[in-house]
Amino acid sequence: MLLVAENLVLSRGGRTVIDGLSMRLGDGESLLLTGANGTGKTTLLRALAGFLSPVAGEIRIENENDDRELGELCHFVGHLDGIKPHLTVAENLAFWAAYLDCDASQNDASRLAGALNKFELAALADIPAGYLSAGQKRRLALSRLAAAHRPLWLLDEPSVSLDTASVALLVNAVSAHCAEGGIAIVATHLPLVFENVKEIRLGAQENAA
Amino acid sequence: MNAFLSLVARDLRLAVRQGGAIGTALGFYLIVVTMLPLGLGADLNLLSRIAPGVLWIALLLSALLSLGRVFESDYEDGSLDVLVTGPLPLELVAVAKALAHWISTSVPLALLAPVLGILLNLELLAYPALVATMLIGTPAVSFIGAVGAALTLRARRGGLLIALLVLPLYVPTLVFGIAAISATLGPDDAAAPFLILTAISLGSMVLGPLAAAAALRAQMQ
Repeated sequence: MLLVAENLVLSRGGRTVIDGLSMRLGDGESLLLTGANGTGKTTLLRALAGFLSPVAGEIRIENENDDRELGELCHFVGHLDGIKPHLTVAENLAFWAAYLDCDASQNDASRLAGALNKFELAALADIPAGYLSAGQKRRLALSRLAAAHRPLWLLDEPSVSLDTASVALLVNAVSAHCAEGGIAIVATHLPLVFENVKEIRLGAQENAA
Repeated sequence: MNAFLSLVARDLRLAVRQGGAIGTALGFYLIVVTMLPLGLGADLNLLSRIAPGVLWIALLLSALLSLGRVFESDYEDGSLDVLVTGPLPLELVAVAKALAHWISTSVPLALLAPVLGILLNLELLAYPALVATMLIGTPAVSFIGAVGAALTLRARRGGLLIALLVLPLYVPTLVFGIAAISATLGPDDAAAPFLILTAISLGSMVLGPLAAAAALRAQMQ
């Protein structure tokens, strides 16, 4: 699978935040999006997920044996966690796994338990998610990544409110995903270290000028 | 289909867990209908004559109370973004959410209506028609309401705005719902208003989600 963006122009509220960005990402590659506040990291991720339509340029996926659209191939973890406080941790995750994964046979309990274990949430499985701390909620949002398989991960500042041990879990998860041939795009302020990583520094032109 | 059912099941489970929305709608319905005889006085003939209309109008207002939350809670906690990346087109997401609203709010309201009919001295013959028109007519309430909910997604205090947008669209349902009830009591044929009511519901089940999905797409830009 190849994710291609060409001469992408994105604007928010009439202001152009990304002007003429091009990139290519293939299997197993990860990309760090860095840059100051307001330089368009979130805008770019939302455009890649298909929520925003670009002003100009195009985003496409090159894939011989799959004609699904970009939105169906990606996991999007944004600033908001997408967690229902009245459902338990396990119910929240089970819903997203059943919803996001078309392949019902893979939605077995062991897969969910594995996803919870991966982000050290197993002990909290039966607690209503409303009682979780901000960092635990973030880990629950991230456990979606492991519960349903998607080749493209779009993570918008995933390390916010995570402690150092949890950041390590996140880095491991992303590395494992890329090692299996997945693609990850991570917007971040922390110097996260992955293997085989590219970096795009947004807003660099304005700073230089 | 799996994703669709799991979304409906999640919304129903949330409606039961949170409880507030159904309870508020049912309580509001009860209070509005209870206050009416107090305001109009104990003229049983008058109450009996206006009972179907009162029950229908109060049902529409009660259903409106919970409509605002149909998309809003998912929008606020970021679930809507993730729902969009799912295998369902946004139209089916809107169908699932409107369906869950119908099951969790409109059907309980329709089932409460005959109980409240006793308070208004509703004619005995009218009870089956009342419940039938409400069960047939309320899908239009939820599915048209979903359009209003999607349009006011980002409006602060959108509740009143939903009422302004959606209540005029409920007029055909109201008119034919009451026509069907009075037809069963009088000499007229009841089949025609029933069929039109069914047609309105079926039409809104198709067109409502299309409009709601278009509104959601515009709001997410």
